[in-house]
This record gives sequence, structure tokens and C-alpha cells, in this order.
Amino acid sequence: MSNLKKLTQKRLFLPVFCMILVLCINMIYDLSIGHHFYNFFEITMTNGMLNGRLINILNRGSEVAILAIGMTLVVSASAGTDISVGSVMSLCASFCCMLVAGFGVSSVSSAEEFAMPLAVGLIGALLMGCLCGAFNGGLVAYLNIQPMVATLILWSAARAIGLLLCNNLIVYIRVPEFGVFGGYLGPIPTPIVIAAVCVAIVSVVLKKTALGMYIQSVGINKKASRIAGLNSQRIIFLCYLICGLCAGIAGIVASSRITSADSNNIGLDLELDAILAVALGGNSLGGGKFNLAGSIIGAYTIQAITTTMYNMGVPSAVTPVFKAVVVIVIVAVQAPPVKAWFKKRSAAKALAKKEVASA
Amino acid sequence: MEENIVLTARGISMTFPGVKALDNVDFTLRKGEIHALMGENGAGKSTLIKCLTGINDFESGEIHVAGIDGPVKNRNTQDAQKVGISTVYQEVNLCPNLSVAENLYIGREPMTPWRTIDRRTMNKKADELVKRLDIKVDVTQNLENYSLAIQQMIAIARAVDMDCKALILDEPTSSLDDSEVEKLFKMMLQLKEHGVGIVFVTHFLEQVYAVCDRITVLRNGTLVGEYPVAELPRVKLVAAMMGKDFDDLASIKPEGFTFDAEAPLEIEAKGLSHKGTIKPFDLDIHKGEVIGLTGLLGSGRSELARAIYGADKAQTGTLKVAGKAAKVNQPIDAMQLGMGLLPDDRKAEGIIGDLSVRENIILALQAKRGMFNQLSRAKQEEIADRYIDLLQIKTASRETPIKQLSGGNQQKAILARWLATDPNFLILDEPTRGIDIGTKTEIQKLIIQLAGEGKSIMFISSEIEEMLRTCNRMAVLRDGAKVGELDGELTQERVMAAIAGGASDE
Repeated sequence: MSNLKKLTQKRLFLPVFCMILVLCINMIYDLSIGHHFYNFFEITMTNGMLNGRLINILNRGSEVAILAIGMTLVVSASAGTDISVGSVMSLCASFCCMLVAGFGVSSVSSAEEFAMPLAVGLIGALLMGCLCGAFNGGLVAYLNIQPMVATLILWSAARAIGLLLCNNLIVYIRVPEFGVFGGYLGPIPTPIVIAAVCVAIVSVVLKKTALGMYIQSVGINKKASRIAGLNSQRIIFLCYLICGLCAGIAGIVASSRITSADSNNIGLDLELDAILAVALGGNSLGGGKFNLAGSIIGAYTIQAITTTMYNMGVPSAVTPVFKAVVVIVIVAVQAPPVKAWFKKRSAAKALAKKEVASA
Repeated sequence: MEENIVLTARGISMTFPGVKALDNVDFTLRKGEIHALMGENGAGKSTLIKCLTGINDFESGEIHVAGIDGPVKNRNTQDAQKVGISTVYQEVNLCPNLSVAENLYIGREPMTPWRTIDRRTMNKKADELVKRLDIKVDVTQNLENYSLAIQQMIAIARAVDMDCKALILDEPTSSLDDSEVEKLFKMMLQLKEHGVGIVFVTHFLEQVYAVCDRITVLRNGTLVGEYPVAELPRVKLVAAMMGKDFDDLASIKPEGFTFDAEAPLEIEAKGLSHKGTIKPFDLDIHKGEVIGLTGLLGSGRSELARAIYGADKAQTGTLKVAGKAAKVNQPIDAMQLGMGLLPDDRKAEGIIGDLSVRENIILALQAKRGMFNQLSRAKQEEIADRYIDLLQIKTASRETPIKQLSGGNQQKAILARWLATDPNFLILDEPTRGIDIGTKTEIQKLIIQLAGEGKSIMFISSEIEEMLRTCNRMAVLRDGAKVGELDGELTQERVMAAIAGGASDE
């Protein structure tokens, strides 16, 4: 009993619990239609590549997971969200493809036709991400504009700028060197590797430097942090910069997946998934303390829900409805009043048991 | 229930993780009395009040209110207000960007037949209310245009207007100056005439004897006793609060602790100013000196200190630190020069509420070292433990979020934050505000000890006695300007005369 209690009080308990819940639903569904219960978890090797639903979730959820890293920091430091990340993804993808294919060229099918080396395109995309992040960060940190309003600018503008860069075309780069970022690296899907590397780098930075404490401190009390010697503005700026960089990385992955820069669809509504991932991870959107692992788990939970829906044959047009229901349940379970209610109930039960025992 | 009793609490118990906050506490409030609730930090005053007003969910005990049969169960402050218990907190819980009238009637606005807010009636009623209570304000102005004292009174007016039988004032005077306190007392006495029972929580002993009829003393979550004021003279009250006899007026200055004009200079400020808050001033501070800044509230005491520290960047003038010209654009610059500032508003500018005591203590030291030079966890724990032990910070553990500590212990943790940076020049702005006598004396002794080690201390306090006990020189401020300095024999009369102006002996 006390062990169970200890477990439920762990900070990561709820995000992990939600994840397991979604997986269990899959198992039950598989059983009910006469498949093996482990069908969901089955990982197969076809043509030297890993396959299976679990791999699929990890693969498809990578973009949101990468975005969630930046979003977690932004939420913590500024008590606000960066709603431009989806658009910035699209802009970065367009910029990358434009650099590589050359302006106005709509399709490239071999490396000889590259206007610029691929590396220039990739670095350009990352720099573009940083630039967007710096723009957002400048507005929020130095001009004190509310995060939602400040990032609304790029939310609407970035996608359009991307379209301009691509001369209103969908630029195709059907070259294996480009496709690898959304494809396979040996047997493992590359997006999983990229997401893992991003999480690892940020985790190490948070562990080995005081950045984590600085961000939380600024998010909890900006004024007091300044008096204690922190440069609150610079820290908030830095968080937005990192968030922009994450959007750039996610943009490259998304674009490489479809080997093209489809400005209108890359990263569409992904900012909402990223924010949701942060919330599902048990992080307060009011800023302050954060838990990066929770956000990452949250991101994959969202993807798991989506995959489950497809698995069950729910038409993709109505998937959002079911997703919403699941999200309501998950968020409600984490809400303080509900938690308090559960706590009270279990206390009452314990009391009743005691009375029975003594009677 | 007796005729003249408005509120009784019987056998209230409550536990916080790791601490028994209240243990079987009784409390009785009678009609038309001002009842002081006294105790050191962490004695359980705030916890008891929160139980009465429904913020805390106590484990056992009953609350009875006059006119209501059976025990009252308040689930939140609205419930408490319904049964006639209103509270005004130390920090004003009103909306500064709304008008006075809106603040008075928020949540219960008079309505027109079209279900919109009837502003005319609201303003009229608000105006009548403030006139009745003798508060001089224009009710259509935004609340932020008025001083903290007026805001406090507005908060009380709001409480009173909601037909309260029991009014709880939690440290209402801690941010007011003397004349404002007097106004507040007048208002309290007026309410008392009307039969309102007032619970008054304060750390100022004089104030208890100025207005209160009865005193209830708590210590470590238990009830020490309830006494009529006449039966509990000051010394006995302090003894009851601390559980031992204590002479709070004893001198703590060692022999020969006087101003030494020959000591080398630590800080030389020339013509520093910050627009709108402090006019240009010159100030020299020597090593090993405790310089007091005195003046009325709002005279520019804090602002002078903030200009030196870079909390409000000085726009004119020059600063020399230890003989070298220094440029201070922001607090971190000042910290690198060996300064530290303990701000007066602990909640807004001191604590990082959700972070642990450990993180709060090492924060400034870490900021000084820079982001990439992180203190190891072991080192952090060692520093935190050392100061928790040294300053006797009462906390369940070093990983407890600092917001769960009582005010005085929070203050000690912030003090520890600065001591950990080993500053040469430490500015303490109201370090003893809202904390108990025992801790006060400890902090005063610490200040003198630091000065003895050759550090310079700037000490700001509203309590002149406290300044007289610790400072060896004082700078006097009036209306946002430094108007003089006092050294030699410091007496209450001299300081008062200097503050009041005119007869300054400069």
C-alpha cells in the first residue's frame, strides 16, 4: 500500500500512467478482434528496417517531441506559449528546399541539380529557426509583449513567407540524401534518432549547467531573479531561441519525410500538439517548475492516441473528436481538485477500514 | 454561546507535511473588542486564521459563529464571508487596475434592470461608504493611484461593508508608516464602537498596547493563553511568546562600536539619481560600518539603496567601489563588485516560491559564478545545510519549497542567499519586517558581527529603536532626497528631529 502511494506521488506518475492506459486500450482492442494481445507491441524486421506500431508511434511523434522540448522551456520561463512553431517549421522547410533547389525550381531529382550543397540548406533552415526564435524572444523578453500576441505574428506570417520563398510552388527534392532525415538510418527510423539526440543534448545541458534552475527561477519570480543576479530578459530570450531552433529541426524532419516543402501542410496545427504535450507532461502552463521528460512522454502519448484511432479504423476526419475526449480525461485526472477528491476518498476508505478492523 | 461572543473556535488541529501546525487550539472573539493574536513566526497565527476563513481544511475541532446553530464549515473565503468572517491580509488582495468603487463592490455589483452594472449607484454607495469610514479618496480613481495604506483601508472597507461580525486583520500595519497606522487605528476603534470583533495580528508590540483589549498567545502551534491586556505587560507577553524571559531592549552593540571616519572607503557615490524616485545624492560608506537609512515611508530610503545596487539603474552620477570606478547597469554587475541586496518586499522580490530552500539559498552564488559553472549538488547541499544550521531556519527539509516556510524563516533563507555570496557591502532593506522578536535580535546581532568582520552594511528599517541599536551612522532622507547624515551619539530625539526636518543639526 505504502509503496503504491509512493509510486503515485512521483512526478512522472501521471504522464506515464496515461501512456500505459493508451497502450492497454490497444491491447484490449487487439484481443477483442481476435489478434494476439501483443500485436501492438510486435516489432518486425522487414528489408532490414524495423517495423511495427510502436516504432511507428515513436517515428511519427518525433516532430512533436522535438517541438515539446522548446515549448517546455518557453512555458517555464515566460508563463506563455510559442504558438508560431508550426508555421516556423513550415518556413524552415521551405527555406531549406529553396536554398537547395534554387529559387523558382519546383523539382530536383538528383544531387547534380542542387543549386547549393545540402548542408547549406540544412544549416540555413536551422539559422532561420533561430532567427524566428530570436524575433519571438525579442518581442517577449525585451519589449514585454504577451507571448501569445508576440508569437501570433509569426504564426500567421511565417507560413506565408515560406510560400513566397518557394514562389508559390511545392518544391520537391526527390534525392535520397535529403530523404534520409525522414527515412531510415540503418534499421532505425531517423526521426527517432534525431529526437533522441535533441532530448539527450538538452538534458545534458540542463544537468551540467545551471540553465534549468535559471529558467525555473525566472518563470516563478522574474523580479526576484533579477535582484538575485539573473538576467531575466536574456534567459527568456534564450528559451525562445531554443524553441525556434527546435522548430527548425522539426521542420527539416517533416520536410524530409515527404521529400518536399509543402508550405501549406508542414507543421499544420502542430503548435497545439506541442502545447498539449507540455500540459500532458504535468507541467503548469503558468510557468515555473518544469519536467522535460513529462513533456516528451506527453508528445508520444498524443501520437499513440492518433495511431490507436487509425488502428481502430476511426475515419481520420473524426479522429480529433476522440482525441479531444481522451485529452479531457487525461487532463481532468491531473487537475488539482480531482486529485484532492481522490486523496480524500482514499483517506475516507482507509478510515472506514480502520473502524471495521477495530469493531 | 454567550451573549456577546461573535466567534469561537474549539480544539482546532491541523498538520502540514512534517509539522503539527496547530494542536488543539481554542480561540474566542467577543463583540466590540480588538483581540491581538500573538506569537513568533511559525507559531500558527496565519494557520489559525486560514482555518477560520476556510482556506485551510483543519483536521479536528469546531468553529461557532454567533447567530448560527451548530458548527460552521467554511469551505472557502466566500463561505466565511457569508457567515460574517472577513479577512484583510498583509498583502492587499485587490485589483490595482480597477477603480476604488469597483474594488469595493467586485462580485456583488449593484445591477440595473437590464442586468448591467449600475455604475452610478455603485459609485454613490462607494462614496458613502468611504465617507462614513473617513477615508479620503475619489472612488472613481484606479486603486493603484493610492498609497498602500489607503489600499489597505479600502480592503477593510470592503470587508466591513459585507456585514462582517468578525474582521481579521493579518499584519495590516507592516507596510504603513506611523501616521498611516494612526489612521488605521482610528478606523479600527470606530468599527469596534459598532460592535465588530476584530482579530489583529501584528509583530509590533507597541501597537498591541495602543489598541487591543485582549491578547491570545500561540507558541509552536499550541495555545499559551488568553489574557486581558492589562494583565499582560510587555515583558510578560514577550516571555509568553518565546517561552522564556527576554529583554528586547538590551544593548547588543559591543564597546567601541562607533563611527570610524578613518576606515578605508568601500562605497563612494557621487550624484547618483534615478528619475522619479531618488534625487542626486552623495554618500560615502566605510569598511566595517553599519549605515542606517532613515526617513518616512516613501522618502526614498529603498530607492537610494536600489540606485547603488543597480536594481533601478542610476541615471546620473558616478560610483566607486573600494576605490575603483564602477559601472553598475544591473544587479549582477553590483554582485560582481561584492554587493548584495535583501529587498524589502520579500514575496515580490525575494523568494522564488516554488523552488526549494536549497535552491533559494544558492541562487545568488550560482548567478555570480555564471551559468556554465554549476555548483555541484553536494556543494549546494553543504552550503544550504550550513546556513540552515547557522541561521536556524525552521524547515522540514532543505528540499521543501520555500513558500511553505513561515515569513521569518523565508527571510532568513534570503539572508542566507546573500551571506553565501560573501559580500563586502550588504544592503538590508527592512530585514526584520514581519518577523518575531527573537529572530529580529538574531539578525541585528548578525549585522554587528558582519560589520566586525570588516564588511559594510546598509540597514534600512522603519523602527528607529532597531536602527539605534545597530547603526553607527545614519543618513536621513526626506521626499526622495538625502538631506543629511547623523553620527556620534545617536538618540531617538535627534533622529526624529532630522526626519521631521527643519531642526536638523547638520
